Amino acid sequence: MKQKARIIEALSGIVGREQVLTEKEDVLPFGFDGTAALKKAAECVVFPGTVEEAAAVVRFCSENDLAMVTRGSGTGLSGGSLPVEEGIIICLLRLNEILEVDADNLTLLAECGVITQKIAEAASAEGLFYPPDPGSMKISTIGGNVAENSGGLRGLKYGVTRNYVMGMEVILPDGTVTFLGNKCVKDVAGFSMKDVFIGSEGTLGLITKVLLRLVPPPPARQTMLAMYPRMEDAATTVSEIISRKIIPCTLEFLDQVTIQCIEDYAKIGLPTDAGAILLMESDGPLSVVEAEALEMADIARKNGAREVRVAKSVEEANELAAARRTAFSALARVRPTTILEDATVPRSELTKIVTFIQEIGKKYQLRIGTFGHMGDGNLHPTFLTDEKNHEEMEKVEKAMKEIFTFAISLGGTITGEHGVGVAKKNFLPQQYGAEGIKLFKTFKAAIDPKGLLNPGKLVDVERKSRSA
Amino acid sequence: MKNFPSNVNSPSMGKKNYLADMDYSVLQQCMHCGMCLPTCPTYEETGRERNSPRGRIALMRAVADGELKIEKAFADEMYYCLGCLACVSACPAGVDYADLFEKARAQAEEEKVLTGKKRRLVRWLTLRLLFTRPRLLRFVGRSLWLYQASKLQAAFRGLRLNKLLPKRYRELEELTPTAEARFSHQQIPLRATAYGEEKYQVGLLTGCVQDIVFASVNADTAEVLRHNHCTVITPRVQHCCGSLHGHNGEYELSKEMARKNIDAFDLSSLDSIITNAAGCGSHLKHYDRLLADDPEYADKAREWSAKCKDIHEWLDEIGLVTPQGEGGAQRVTYHEACHLCHGQGIRVPPRNILRAIPGLELVELEESMWCCGSAGIYNITQPETSRKLRDRKIGHIRKKPVDCIASANPGCNIQIQAGLQADGAGGIPVKHPVTILAEAYRK
Ligand SMILES: Cc1cc2nc3c(=O)[nH]c(=O)nc-3n(C[C@H](O)[C@H](O)[C@H](O)COP(=O)(O)OP(=O)(O)OC[C@H]3O[C@@H](n4cnc5c(N)ncnc54)[C@H](O)[C@@H]3O)c2cc1C
Ligand code: SF4
Ligand code: SF4
Repeated sequence: MKQKARIIEALSGIVGREQVLTEKEDVLPFGFDGTAALKKAAECVVFPGTVEEAAAVVRFCSENDLAMVTRGSGTGLSGGSLPVEEGIIICLLRLNEILEVDADNLTLLAECGVITQKIAEAASAEGLFYPPDPGSMKISTIGGNVAENSGGLRGLKYGVTRNYVMGMEVILPDGTVTFLGNKCVKDVAGFSMKDVFIGSEGTLGLITKVLLRLVPPPPARQTMLAMYPRMEDAATTVSEIISRKIIPCTLEFLDQVTIQCIEDYAKIGLPTDAGAILLMESDGPLSVVEAEALEMADIARKNGAREVRVAKSVEEANELAAARRTAFSALARVRPTTILEDATVPRSELTKIVTFIQEIGKKYQLRIGTFGHMGDGNLHPTFLTDEKNHEEMEKVEKAMKEIFTFAISLGGTITGEHGVGVAKKNFLPQQYGAEGIKLFKTFKAAIDPKGLLNPGKLVDVERKSRSA
Repeated sequence: MKNFPSNVNSPSMGKKNYLADMDYSVLQQCMHCGMCLPTCPTYEETGRERNSPRGRIALMRAVADGELKIEKAFADEMYYCLGCLACVSACPAGVDYADLFEKARAQAEEEKVLTGKKRRLVRWLTLRLLFTRPRLLRFVGRSLWLYQASKLQAAFRGLRLNKLLPKRYRELEELTPTAEARFSHQQIPLRATAYGEEKYQVGLLTGCVQDIVFASVNADTAEVLRHNHCTVITPRVQHCCGSLHGHNGEYELSKEMARKNIDAFDLSSLDSIITNAAGCGSHLKHYDRLLADDPEYADKAREWSAKCKDIHEWLDEIGLVTPQGEGGAQRVTYHEACHLCHGQGIRVPPRNILRAIPGLELVELEESMWCCGSAGIYNITQPETSRKLRDRKIGHIRKKPVDCIASANPGCNIQIQAGLQADGAGGIPVKHPVTILAEAYRK
């Protein structure tokens, strides 16, 4: 970083010296997020304690052509919060207050650094429900969730983060602070700018406050496990459940490798001999839940499930969901490097993609563990590999490409919830074509003309500095 | 798995390189998912990656990769870590943080980046002198008991002379444990036969802190075992298990301690070797790993590890003989020692034991698995963080009225007792679950 000393001094003037990290032992652990095999050296990390401080930091960076990477908890899975050259990391974890739960309007206002789980707990304390529950909810921030438009286990019925964002406060790349959206259920005044910031991966602005929509909690729930000898049968079950116009809360899929890894960790008695498991949850009024659960169990059996087990208690149901949330990390038990993908297809195409992933594994002789939000058509084929084995990593690259291409050919997407970041940037043109990418670039340039916010992520734009 | 060469920390003559020479896949196992972050007390305190499990592992990996040279900041970080192993319980990926952490501290010592006369003196006194010489340790324990029994301590505290001490020493003085009048070997015969039918023959580890401060817990353990069909063999002179050494960067010394302990027991004649101190147990069970490269001891160490059991675990395994009488205390809460719940994954058996006592009501403690700040000698080396953790624990304890706190690690018991004294809201007895059980058998 050029003029590092001056920069550190100026930033320290804004946030205080102890909130600016520059020593190598301090910044080294900010060189990565949750994405495997991605690492970049960080030079400086700042921790603003208020929105005003954050805005002042952004203003300073803008005036001095310094790039900015916004960071929450660093659990992202596409390298979104990885450091960039000639730039600083702005970590927003200190903005961690829940500012209001409005039971009259069913909304919650929180600062961006609040942990997702705390949002869910605060809602629940008021007898309300915040449905999005990404696997990382114990540690991810709500700001990160909005920036990635994160999904979760309940996406099928309740949607993703986007469906719960009514408004937000953002700091624009020049340091201006503005609020987009409000508590109104209806609002058609002007462009829906908040929607543009949802899923923007830190490339358009810093989200500092989030206004969330809450819903009444479902009165009843029922959780079931369907065990299959073959993976394809689980996929067919999901397609049939949807085509029969049943929208349960959760339809999560785990293949045999994943089941074994989770059981190794959680020891909750999952059937490790099953070829695949579907975790199904129905919620709503009791009578509806009962009928829905019966019908789903029926469909599962008809499609080859060898057994359908019903969770006996709320505790057992919670235990199953909690175990499912650890799937990705648990898979790391098998090999040194765990690279997970996020291809998503329309739900009618599930069987095809599941079969294809199996074939690809055989073709390249790679170990793949697959799990995911099957009800959303969102699978996470996970390559169990070793980043030090270059030959194998090349095969992984090729296999990934084939899976993406196939998903796109089925009318799917390269990423259902983890975002583009750096990990999937090169695949984006394939999905959007030249026109789509041009629109992205025009848009990005309009909001961030200097290209200072998270450069090199999502889409490449030229970084303009005054001196250039 | 291949070892990666290190360029900055290249092993100079005779210098060990624990991190660079270890199985690299152990370091790689951490996929930096962050699932461990919310359970780490030091990360919670600072919100800085460096103070988190994955941050520390990243630093260790950078050392192994030759990207980072070990300097004071690295060593400080490894000593800021509590070694509570909450991250191990939380990690779905199965990262062996305990191993990494011991090697990282050992390497920090090897590099001699932490200096200071006081540090050297404390380490020499505790790790090298006291905790390697059981008889000397007992002698010091005896002096401590005399100091306390002679009312000197009470007078000292009563006259508020301790208030004249600098704050740091005052806090240490509060932590001075109350020593017992008689050591374990004076309270337990070498061979104590089972009451009634003998089904098992077990060895009893007396521990060093336990032996001096809580010798009666050892006596209670022996008694409880005898009630449960076990004949108990308690060797007279036992050595420190070596956990203090292992956790504090004295890797070679900890191996030495392990060998001495193995020699003290006739393994083949015993069904199990029982430990009642969580901190020791979690270390003792890893003698196999510690001595894996020792041609003479590797086999014995494997047998040792297979037979080494925590008392709660053992009682649960053989089926507890339910006491007929009532335990002294009515409402009991249970604090989980880190090295029992995280280090050994033992969570249910102690609760089962407590619940089996007629008349005892188990009141669940909020954050029962959160470290109390004792953490080996952490309360001496990092008094500020330690005190915060202690007060957090006491805060939870004060929320629900109980007659007694059960906890299975001497360090925790001392720490909690000190905390109960410090907030002035009244003492509550802190007892080992085995003591509560022994009381019930006696009624
Ligand atoms: C074990 C595990 C399970 C996961 N499960 C799921 C899952 O089920 N569903 C899912 O969708 N994702 C999942 N993820 C991915 C990840 O947790 C989410 O993307 C999460 O939203 C990231 O939050 P964070 O606070 O860690 O953000 P970070 O990783 O710090 O940042 C992510 C991106 O958002 C930007 N950003 C962060 N905060 C802000 C802000 N305040 N303003 C503007 N930009 C910001 C960053 O620049 C970066 O581009 C999982 C990750 C892990 C490790
Ligand atoms: S130690 Fe385990 S839980 Fe923590 S970041 Fe590493 S893999 Fe994830
Ligand atoms: S041992 Fe405890 S303090 Fe150390 S990294 Fe793990 S959780 Fe944090």
